[in-house]
Amino acid sequence: MKFAKLIISGALVLGIVLPCYAEKIVVEGSTTVLPIAQKAAEVYMDRNPGDNISVRGGGSGVGIASLLDKNCNIAASSRPIKDTELDKAVTNGVDATANIVAMDGLAVIVNPQNQVSKLSKKQVKDIFMGVISNWSELGGSNEKIVVVSRDTSSGTFEAFLTLVLGGNKTRSDALMQASNQAVATIVSGTPGAIGYVGLGFLSSAVKGIEINGVMPSKDTVVSGKYPVTRPLFMYTDGKPQGLVKGYIDFILSDEGQKLVEEEGFVGLRDKK
Amino acid sequence: MNILRFKEKLYKWIFTILAFASLFFLVGIVLVLVKEGLPIFQKVSFFKFIFGRSWYPTYNPAEFGILPLILASTWVTLGAVMVCLPLGVGSALYLNELAGPAQKAVLKPIIELLASIPSVVFGFFGMVVLTPFLQKTFHLPTGLTALNASIILGIMATPTVCSIAEDALNYVPNAFREASFAVGATRWQTLTRVVIPAAGSGISTAIILGMSRAIGETMTVLMVAGGAAVIPHTFLEPVRPMTAAIAAEMGEAPMGGSHYHALFAIALVLFVITFLFNIVAELISRRFRIKLGLSG
Repeated sequence: MKFAKLIISGALVLGIVLPCYAEKIVVEGSTTVLPIAQKAAEVYMDRNPGDNISVRGGGSGVGIASLLDKNCNIAASSRPIKDTELDKAVTNGVDATANIVAMDGLAVIVNPQNQVSKLSKKQVKDIFMGVISNWSELGGSNEKIVVVSRDTSSGTFEAFLTLVLGGNKTRSDALMQASNQAVATIVSGTPGAIGYVGLGFLSSAVKGIEINGVMPSKDTVVSGKYPVTRPLFMYTDGKPQGLVKGYIDFILSDEGQKLVEEEGFVGLRDKK
Repeated sequence: MNILRFKEKLYKWIFTILAFASLFFLVGIVLVLVKEGLPIFQKVSFFKFIFGRSWYPTYNPAEFGILPLILASTWVTLGAVMVCLPLGVGSALYLNELAGPAQKAVLKPIIELLASIPSVVFGFFGMVVLTPFLQKTFHLPTGLTALNASIILGIMATPTVCSIAEDALNYVPNAFREASFAVGATRWQTLTRVVIPAAGSGISTAIILGMSRAIGETMTVLMVAGGAAVIPHTFLEPVRPMTAAIAAEMGEAPMGGSHYHALFAIALVLFVITFLFNIVAELISRRFRIKLGLSG
């Protein structure tokens, strides 16, 4: 009798403990990469019941900090890792390894009523820095330019800062918004506004601007013609292994890249 | 018998612990704010932090001047007071002095219902309805301005102001009113010369608590204030209040970096401001109870 009880309780304990040995990984970071990570995790877990992938947002900085503290297995990031973060990685014994999972183009957008439809990269830079402040200087109507930008700490802003602004400050009265969606909403409702969003946020409510004569689209991003593109990363500790490898390989597979495109980003498979 | 006494003691302890839990949380929060906020002052002097005019936390070199953010919060809060003072106090006066029982039974729950609307819904209302309206009315480049935030925050603070002001009016003993009517004063005279002065400090408390509600509100200002970190010159310019800066930037600030510490320091400044508001409100309301001969 006692023996039977022991077996039963032993089995119970094992039953509780065993599932914890099934592989479980955490993906954390960029809100830009979040839709890809989330979708891929759902499909992957459907295929491989027992594997557990939990996906959290928070931002590129949060994700990388979490990877360096070994609180997550994959840090999703819309920007490359920074030197200060690399220093910390070395101190913590984390070998932060970049895996590019998709490409994104930053589309410069204006209100559909705006007559201006072409700008050079230099002009965009001047607008955001405050050198040009009226649309009439660019062949548009006599209207004050309202500059809409992402928050200075977002990965999207950082990409724009490097690719377009060349590290210069935006004008101080730029409207700093917390998400791509907020930028798109403001631009669609403000006649004089200009902003930038990820390709996935282009819609009929806003007008994409040709930069250096190239329209932002999946094709021009893939071909490398469009000048404002950035890679999206998933950082891992060392080379991906186990479930981390399975998950990232899945995103990089044809099927995974199809999901990437469905979420409005540009897949790597077309890159020739 | 002993078990009964033990039980009683046990319950007493349980409830004592529960009561002190809030204190524990408060102390915990303050400690974290101080611990995470103070390191920024090794990088920037306290004076430069508070009075610096540029907020460029992620550039190289970074600038951590929060004066535009403090002024933005101040402007938006003062603007909110201009909206919630007439709305809140006016409706409290009506409810307490003029409304019949039937009107009161309908109006009071409706005003309280206003307090239960989530702030993000107020934010949406501001973005979708108020923003285009302000933009057209004042011919502005953008409707996302301090004025927009002030109006929405004022509406949000109205239930707080109204219900506390109404309590204050309730505390004014009826004998005051009767005495006033007895010497031949009209209803208006009684209201303006007797009731309002008697409830004056209670009404001030209501306004101050309304202010601390407005200055701490985050979601709404994030959505409608515009988010530009410039020193405002008029109510028709976009601003970036302290709460909006913290909420928008915290997620992406590298943990343990200067930007991260600066955001905590802003939170500390905000905490000190609301703490002072609450102390002032408490002091005024204590004086008020003593003045009316209620127990302090």
